[in-house]
Amino acid sequence: MAVYIKEATAISPQNTFGAKVLPEEPATYTDVNMLRCIEPVYRDFIDPMVARRMSRIVKMGVCCALRCLRDSGIEVPDAIIAGTGLGCLEDTEKFLGSIYANEEKLLNPTPFIQSTHNTVAGAVALAIKCHNYNATYTHRGFSFENALEDALLQLAENPGLRMLTGGFDEVTPGSYEITRRMGLWKNHPVSNLSLEQYHTRGSLPGEGVAFFMLGGRKDAGDWAAIRSIQTFYKPASEAEVAQRISNFMADCGLKTGKPDLVIFGKNGDVTGDRYYEYVISGLLKNIPHVSYKHLCGEYDTSASFALWLAALMIKEQRIPSYLEGGKNLPRELNHVLIYNHLRGVNHSLYFLERC
Amino acid sequence: MPDSVFVTGVGIISAIGSDVESVWSSLKEGRTGIGPMKLIDSAYKGELPVAEIYASNKELLGTALPRVKNYYSRTALLGMIAARQAIVQSGAGSESLENAGLISANTVGGMDRTEIFYKGFMSDKSSGRIREAAGHDCGDSTEKIADNLGIRGYLSTINTACSSSANAIMLGARMIRQGKLKMAITGGVDCLTKFTINGFNSLMILDREQCRPFDENRNGLNLGEAAAYLVLESAEEVRRQGKRILGEISGYGNACDAYHQTASSPEGHGAFLSMKQALETAGLGPSDISYINTHGTGTKNNDLSEGVAIERLFQDVIPPCSSTKSFTGHTLGAAAAVEAVLSILALQNNCIYPNLNFSVQMHELHFAPVTGFKTVQGMRHIMSNSFGFGGNNSSLIFSKH
Amino acid sequence: MEQLIAKLKSEIIEVLNLSELSPDEIDENAPLFVEGLGLDSIDALELIVLLEKNYGLKLGTAEEGKKVLRSVRSMAEFIRENNKG
Repeated sequence: MAVYIKEATAISPQNTFGAKVLPEEPATYTDVNMLRCIEPVYRDFIDPMVARRMSRIVKMGVCCALRCLRDSGIEVPDAIIAGTGLGCLEDTEKFLGSIYANEEKLLNPTPFIQSTHNTVAGAVALAIKCHNYNATYTHRGFSFENALEDALLQLAENPGLRMLTGGFDEVTPGSYEITRRMGLWKNHPVSNLSLEQYHTRGSLPGEGVAFFMLGGRKDAGDWAAIRSIQTFYKPASEAEVAQRISNFMADCGLKTGKPDLVIFGKNGDVTGDRYYEYVISGLLKNIPHVSYKHLCGEYDTSASFALWLAALMIKEQRIPSYLEGGKNLPRELNHVLIYNHLRGVNHSLYFLERC
Repeated sequence: MPDSVFVTGVGIISAIGSDVESVWSSLKEGRTGIGPMKLIDSAYKGELPVAEIYASNKELLGTALPRVKNYYSRTALLGMIAARQAIVQSGAGSESLENAGLISANTVGGMDRTEIFYKGFMSDKSSGRIREAAGHDCGDSTEKIADNLGIRGYLSTINTACSSSANAIMLGARMIRQGKLKMAITGGVDCLTKFTINGFNSLMILDREQCRPFDENRNGLNLGEAAAYLVLESAEEVRRQGKRILGEISGYGNACDAYHQTASSPEGHGAFLSMKQALETAGLGPSDISYINTHGTGTKNNDLSEGVAIERLFQDVIPPCSSTKSFTGHTLGAAAAVEAVLSILALQNNCIYPNLNFSVQMHELHFAPVTGFKTVQGMRHIMSNSFGFGGNNSSLIFSKH
Repeated sequence: MEQLIAKLKSEIIEVLNLSELSPDEIDENAPLFVEGLGLDSIDALELIVLLEKNYGLKLGTAEEGKKVLRSVRSMAEFIRENNKG
């Protein structure tokens, strides 16, 4: 059974908000240590009285979800399902800081309330008075995939449903500092379009939000179809990864045996990119491939950006020239595979089809 | 007709006991776990009661856990202990675990370690041991539990605030019904943290005394810590392996109150919807429910809203109700799983737990909670409610097989 | 009194993130909750913190809280009455 992407919206370091065609030019960032989102005008979507309490990521999340709803012409979806690796960091740090700064006395409650991971999904429901299913997943590099799998399960039970599903994560100065000390990022400034050319350890942190309107029945104007998704945890070796991908493609029942294009989650970190290199030189040899993290940076739910990108490429039947690695690109995009992993631990596969 | 989902193992560690047997005797003897803070380091020591597990991380480490490091969050340690108990009872071998799913819930991840790290980090960005911060996220404990027990088939972590682990159990049941998993270990965990104690205190909803759910003079909740897990298996697996069935997950509902970010609606709309959906998925009517294990936090707002919703749905025949948070405290991400384990025990022992500390009937409601431990005949179906911030309301129904 | 009201207004704007408003736009006699400014229970908690932090005043019962937090003027009166020494 396939699930159809009816509509999608992304807020990212690129000009993606509300885009119905792929941006002609990429946003470039020179000598930076993180990529941050280009923020939309919130007051077009969120009442300022409501927005006044919201941190940046909550505003981005709610605004992106409401835009996706508006563009799909759906007032109240049958479910709101979100995925986030780290939740609402800014308010978490704010409340944690206030505990120590004030020795646990007279603390402002607002950052505590806003720090919970389900703030975005709850605030979207509140904004549109949606009493239907509401859930938030938060499992590192599986967060968005968990949310999507939940939507797919429910659509298998009832294809007529409309599920608003998305992913969000933010980078804050505090979280950057902590993850930098963990050795996740390059120890020198980076120009985003050259992310894969450094051949050093560490990646470039990023952030983003993407929401999708999903349904189980095909309509005219659908962007793309999700045939299947799969997650796998801590593979023992690159060979196991290749085996998993091979099994996944076989399960998807691909007639030609190969997708037209593979989108990889290469992030410029030589330690993690070896999984991609292994399948590029083996299992997926001679299949055109591109990668996307030079556009959005690395974050737990970055595959939601890749899904947005893939769906729009399939809809438009066009591969923008600024995607990394593009050689011998196909003229038609009928089947697209996305393979991403977070730190070699959380691996995910998506199989998309043209509608 | 979708396949049945059976519970074949349960595990629990909470302030009223560190395994199923000791929890059961506390419940039977009316012994609460709510008491003074002992281990948690907070300015509210001596002032706010909590349901704390009086065993240090070092003592927890010693509970025969292989390959566990002393810097693991208390969240991960508690989770491993309860999940292991559930797996042992279910008799699952390493091969089934390899393909099993772990669907775990928590609300503040490894915050207990983050707090240690952050205090120094605030003033000096280069201070603190970075590994203390590495388990901050909610997914960390799930992966540590999975690694500790050899679960590799599917991993998922849920955070819908105080209803989190109800949604974990619901997802596990749904995946089994659709044949995506044969076995799912589902539940949740949260340890006490300065973050949550101060958070709920800033909302002015922590009772300075033991909580009094559904009492006219209730004055807030007590926080607690716990971990609880249930092993869910498909009917086919249970038959094939001839396993003992402890109960069935027969119904589930998830609805959103969409009223206010923290407060519940006066008419309990979300609660009404989640209970109604749970009845519908189970194919049951209100009169089939033998007992409701309520969310019953003891706050003015929750108990009124939940009580009104129960009256709206069950009308003239309200089943016996009680809040076991008067024993376990409110264990946030673990709460629904704790109450699921308690519901399974109630089904097996044909009993209803007392709602401690109740004395005065709420003037807005027409029913009062059960106040003494009761054995009943013909217990068939138990409903358990769990509601959270963000209006996330979930209800589960456990049935005798 | 008027000085205190003006000070309170800017403090309220700050703690409740009402940066869209200028102090002049807040009517000190209008209800703060539901009507008027349309504040809610979370704002009430923030205002209780404000009174204690900036003026050292604790609100006793919920009933007293409702009366004190009715409007900017009622808050100012409460501060004046209790700060006489």
